[in-house]
Amino acid sequence: MTEPATKHAHPNYIGIWLLLAVLTFLELGVVFVAHFGKLFVISVLVVMAVWKALLVALYFMHLRFETNRLRILAIAPLPLAVIMILAVITEYVW
Amino acid sequence: MTHAHTATMGPPAETAVGSGVYNEKLGMWVFLGSEVMFFTALIGSYIILRFAHPVAWAQPGQILNVPVTAINTFFLICSSVTMVKAFAAVQDGDQKGLRLWLLATVIIGGTFVAIQVFEYVQLFHHGFLPSGYREGAELTEAAAQGVAWKGGPALPASVGLYGTTFYTMTGFHGFHVTMGVLCMLYVTWQAFRGKYTSTDHRGVEVIGLYWHFVDLVWIVLFTIVYLI
Repeated sequence: MTEPATKHAHPNYIGIWLLLAVLTFLELGVVFVAHFGKLFVISVLVVMAVWKALLVALYFMHLRFETNRLRILAIAPLPLAVIMILAVITEYVW
Repeated sequence: MTHAHTATMGPPAETAVGSGVYNEKLGMWVFLGSEVMFFTALIGSYIILRFAHPVAWAQPGQILNVPVTAINTFFLICSSVTMVKAFAAVQDGDQKGLRLWLLATVIIGGTFVAIQVFEYVQLFHHGFLPSGYREGAELTEAAAQGVAWKGGPALPASVGLYGTTFYTMTGFHGFHVTMGVLCMLYVTWQAFRGKYTSTDHRGVEVIGLYWHFVDLVWIVLFTIVYLI
């Protein structure tokens, strides 16, 4: 019988949860409390959103502990997504 | 584990090899790949429309209730933790933990949907519809007068694009959460019947992947729709 998931020690889920909560709190602070330039705010928000998304994917979805084959399957749509976004942006930029 | 149990619960050996994962999990990952493209289409459309018509969008917090949504975001993050704790519990053979954490996930997920419905009702009440402002509403009057609104500049004269993209993106996400809660209810019911064990808990892992993906999408949507 196939094992349902790769055996590994449980990550510190509560620690990751706290980090996600802190990052969300910081996002709100960057937008509503601090008075930075628009471009800086957007850059910081994107970095924090990517950081949070990576935490969820790597630890909650266990991609960090999966086989390379499954990781490749999981990230396969991302280049296509980037191509799609770039393609639609050309409607505006060029 | 008895032989009969293995025969009914375990996937056939010849279909389990090759990909390195069991079929249900592989199927969920392929499905999530298609979901990435689905939400990319929505987000891509949003980006091009916002780039092309920047004046059609209000500043963050002017129309949307960001504090309420931030709390809702926190709830969704909490539900991801309860989900992964349920998965950890069943891996450790902790049946009581599995049931409690799954139940918590259902309740928090349902709360997220309820708060989103509350948010929509409030927005409709203030006059922010998918088609734009509602005739005679508070926001419509403020936009017509061109006065500063909630600490920001005057509201856009028309918010048809803003409303359409906002309700489409958050609506589809809310639909995904609702479907997740319904599937989670089924998994919870099965957990209470004792279906999942430390050696076979495919249902818990597969619904967990879906649930975390929905959380991941919301992290992106919250940033680009509410904060930028």
